[in-house]
Amino acid sequence: MATKKKVAVTKPAAKKASTKKTVPTKAAATPRAAAKRVERALLGGVTLLASETQGRTGAQAIAPDHSPRAKPAAVRAPRSVSAPAKSAAGLKERVEQFLFRQSELLDNKHWQDYIDLFTEDGVYWMPALPEQTEWEGTASIFAEDKMLMQVRMGRVTHPNAWSQAPMWATNHLVGNIVIEKETAKEVVVRSRFHMMELRRDSVRHFGGTYRHTLVKKGSGFRIRLQRVDLFNGQAAYDYVLQIWV
Amino acid sequence: MPSIDIAKLVEPDRVHRLAYTSQEIFDIEVENIFEKIWVYCGHESQVKNPGDYHTLQIGRQPMVMVRGKDRQVRVLYNRCPHRGVELCGNQRGNTGSNFVCSYHAWSFHLDGKLEAIPLMKGYDGTRLTRDNPDCDMKSAARVDSYRGFVFASLSNAGPTLSEFLGEARIAFDDMCDRSPAGEVEVVPVCHRVIQHSNWKFFMENQLDALHPSVTHQSTGVAAGVIEKEIAAKTGHAPLHYHYLSAFATPFDKWDTVQTINFPRGHGILKAYMGLRPQDPDTKAYERLMEKAYGKEKMEEYLSRSIHHVLVYPYLSVQSPLQQLRCLRPLGPNKTLSEIWHFRLKGAPEAIYRRSLWYFNLVNSPATMINADDLENWTKGQWGLESKGGDWVSFHRDYGRDTIENGVTYSNKGTSEAVMRSQFQAWTKYMQGSL
Repeated sequence: MATKKKVAVTKPAAKKASTKKTVPTKAAATPRAAAKRVERALLGGVTLLASETQGRTGAQAIAPDHSPRAKPAAVRAPRSVSAPAKSAAGLKERVEQFLFRQSELLDNKHWQDYIDLFTEDGVYWMPALPEQTEWEGTASIFAEDKMLMQVRMGRVTHPNAWSQAPMWATNHLVGNIVIEKETAKEVVVRSRFHMMELRRDSVRHFGGTYRHTLVKKGSGFRIRLQRVDLFNGQAAYDYVLQIWV
Repeated sequence: MPSIDIAKLVEPDRVHRLAYTSQEIFDIEVENIFEKIWVYCGHESQVKNPGDYHTLQIGRQPMVMVRGKDRQVRVLYNRCPHRGVELCGNQRGNTGSNFVCSYHAWSFHLDGKLEAIPLMKGYDGTRLTRDNPDCDMKSAARVDSYRGFVFASLSNAGPTLSEFLGEARIAFDDMCDRSPAGEVEVVPVCHRVIQHSNWKFFMENQLDALHPSVTHQSTGVAAGVIEKEIAAKTGHAPLHYHYLSAFATPFDKWDTVQTINFPRGHGILKAYMGLRPQDPDTKAYERLMEKAYGKEKMEEYLSRSIHHVLVYPYLSVQSPLQQLRCLRPLGPNKTLSEIWHFRLKGAPEAIYRRSLWYFNLVNSPATMINADDLENWTKGQWGLESKGGDWVSFHRDYGRDTIENGVTYSNKGTSEAVMRSQFQAWTKYMQGSL
């Protein structure tokens, strides 16, 4: 366990910059011997274990009460969009309302509610290339089951998620909704999205296609797979994506 | 003559902020370093067939790596010798049996030699003749490869590729040796992320063992929570949770990880993730490796303690997980990083997938790790552009490293030996003596 004493950040007494080498330099060896020395150094090593991450680490080990982030604003947008008034609403309308609700949850940072939209085996997947067909075993931008989504949520809600300190918000628009397929248990829906993201004083744009595999649940749905194809997915990223698009 | 005295910027234990912020310094870096040294172009498997090409930048030069009809991989200036127009307008593709300029249809063989000029008679009597080398696409001064990784140097002078890499060639040995076939193959996905910071921030950060538990605490702690939850339910959490949770290890543990620093600024951060579990997948893989190399070599190849290897000043190779990040500096405060990963030829799919998790979670554009690094480097760049102080401190464990044969072994994981070593090489490059 790290203690304050062990990790106290003290600057070494200001040394006069000098070329003094305090550790002896051994006489030059042959290149072969030098290479052997490096090889020896690469034998053995350490394994840092997760069990050691208990307790305070990092900046919290130094200043447990430090919080780099402003408290969330007191007034927040509505927790959810209400379901359509008539349960008799048609499939298209119910699907639309579901997708709109998803956008609201993301834009209002209701991360847990968003994760709860997924089935237990639900997956959020953003492939790197449009021709990819499997979320597992392919290079992806996001490839997250519910447990990994839980990690991502844990990260952005941690007080020391430094990159969340600057002003940050998103705004989603979803449209062009097409029901591709409906079975007794599932609906496959394709839609287009446009997400604007504010970070510090800059706005970025992301656009593309959602393809939701929705499982019917009462008059609502749960997401078994949300596939997100960014149309600018292989363009250079100015900074990265911190949360689901 | 530069108006800035390089020697005055670098002291053994601290560096002046101008090294990170000055346009003049950046211009000298391009000239003395990036357009001279061996720069990574790509892997041979990126251009498998004749006509396959991949464009890239070396320093400020637009280059194209192309496979010829003779199977040779060449690196040419992506420029038509007629009026200067770039010949390949795309990042990658197949150009067929020749390059053709989109402006006046000058065409070139895949080795860069002139093939045809429309209405050649128009040049009769001028000094531009077919056999004039000025009619050919210009080639990089030197092209060489090591274990399938292609490098080019735009200068005829200087060390060979082998001399340049020195001990850092272990990056490629360690990656390829882990394949039962001794080879890797590129996965054709390249993530590109712009860093709004000087390239040195990335190079220093790669071997900086004090930052992970601070910068990545949020991800490390969040992953640790879920890792424990899964382990409690199933007895064992997948290794990729550990990739993330290990970042939150307390300072004193990080201090036990060693760095090895080489004279040209290259360096190694030794392993810390424990990447050799004894599960059935690993055992099956070890059997394949033993069959290919024998028990002794298999042990040697799989037990090297490497987290990643830096090829200074632009490449970070994570050999045990077969991925690399290559920097293309664009300006003093802007750097493009290209992120690639590879498959071990002949290794089981499960071993690929294990490495892939690291690529997806740590190296993708939705990285849960670099999100906070990039934030640090951006703020770092802004801080160094300010007049709030002139010096960057590298005092930690100064004078307490072990130096043998010019190689610096840090005795503490968090020693700033890494930065001190990099700046020693940088000074020599900038003064033209390396």
